[in-house]
Amino acid sequence: MLDVRTCASLSEAAGILSGDRQAMLIGGGTLVMRDVNEGRLTEGTLVRVTDPAYRQMSVSGARVELGAGVTMAMVLASRELAYLHAPARGIGGPAIRTMATIGGNLFAATPYGDFTVALLALDAQVVLQAGYGSGRAMPLEDFLAGRERGGQGLVTAVQFSRPQNPSELFFRKIARVKPKGISVLSIAAHLPSSSGRVAQARVAYGAMAPLPMRARGVERVLEGKALDQPAIQAAKQAALEGCRPATDAIASEWYRREILPVHLGRLLAGEPR
Amino acid sequence: MAKLPVQFRLNGSDRATFVDPSSNLLDTLRRGLGDFAPKYGCGQGTCGVCTVLVDGEPQLSCLTLAVTCEGKQIETASGMADGPNLQPLQEAFMDHFAAQCGFCTPGMLTAARALLARNPNPTRDEVVEAISGNICRCTGYEPIIAAILTAASAPGARRA
Repeated sequence: MLDVRTCASLSEAAGILSGDRQAMLIGGGTLVMRDVNEGRLTEGTLVRVTDPAYRQMSVSGARVELGAGVTMAMVLASRELAYLHAPARGIGGPAIRTMATIGGNLFAATPYGDFTVALLALDAQVVLQAGYGSGRAMPLEDFLAGRERGGQGLVTAVQFSRPQNPSELFFRKIARVKPKGISVLSIAAHLPSSSGRVAQARVAYGAMAPLPMRARGVERVLEGKALDQPAIQAAKQAALEGCRPATDAIASEWYRREILPVHLGRLLAGEPR
Repeated sequence: MAKLPVQFRLNGSDRATFVDPSSNLLDTLRRGLGDFAPKYGCGQGTCGVCTVLVDGEPQLSCLTLAVTCEGKQIETASGMADGPNLQPLQEAFMDHFAAQCGFCTPGMLTAARALLARNPNPTRDEVVEAISGNICRCTGYEPIIAAILTAASAPGARRA
């Protein structure tokens, strides 16, 4: 039978998660409770964190830190996080957004996890706490690579550098159902410019591989270029590098491969969907 | 595993019950407390028929652990009417034939109530967004959208 442990501190929760392989964190419940309702999760301990630090947001400095328990609704309520409103609004309806957390989104299986795609484009780091020790930061990409193995500890926060120009972060979620649907794919691009040329581009995809992925081919061809038609054309040609999309109930692998360059081109050109 | 006590205000009344640790709020409301307005649809957070307000914010009761509701204010569609007197939102649903089979209606009403409490004069797009997590397989949504927009412009809509 399932038990629930409520922890007043992050270290207490991290200690339980480290010492009990059947313990699992529950944040907003939008992932874990699905398994409980389906009878797939019937044994172990659900660990709940009430530490205020878990839902803390530090958004005004150069380095932004969002507690893993921060919800999508909290992101949408923050004017300072306007550049993240598009990916936050892409998560479910209002009721889901009241519950769904940033930390949970890091664990959402493809084709979910659109907020994580935006975090990848921001070069975010994940703060992990294992046992009762202090936290350590790890690149989000590395965290995702080890996610299925588990045992990395409690995700306490995500950190990233605040975009100097918030209008340089772009996000598109492509779904078949309007206004909301599960992603066919999602694209996030952080394209800082220096003297009219892209500098340190970060482009990420959701639903184009088993995990949210960086589009390194696109980043490479855009680096140092003005965002003109030849650069956009080159980016479209490099768009599928490293992609391993799945065929699922939402779309086929073929369809995802066909439409990704189209939507990437439109995003880079600032055209509507 | 021992059951756990949980106490909250449900539609303005103090209620207390015992729940299994992993019980969701929906089961607690329906089986434990006899409030059958929120429905069990998908159990996956997809359909929205179990939407309730927790401290004024919409939540899916099927994905909410009951024990996390200790001390909170829970509102369901059951608490909207005052005896036979319906609220403007409910009247508008009737006037616009916004309920056909009726299964989605409590969730729609609750989602709309959360919207109107926050934004008494929503645009059509804001209404569409507010009910975007609630599935209706009968109406095609248009009567529901029209009802919410009508309720927003009705006298006393803020009560909705």
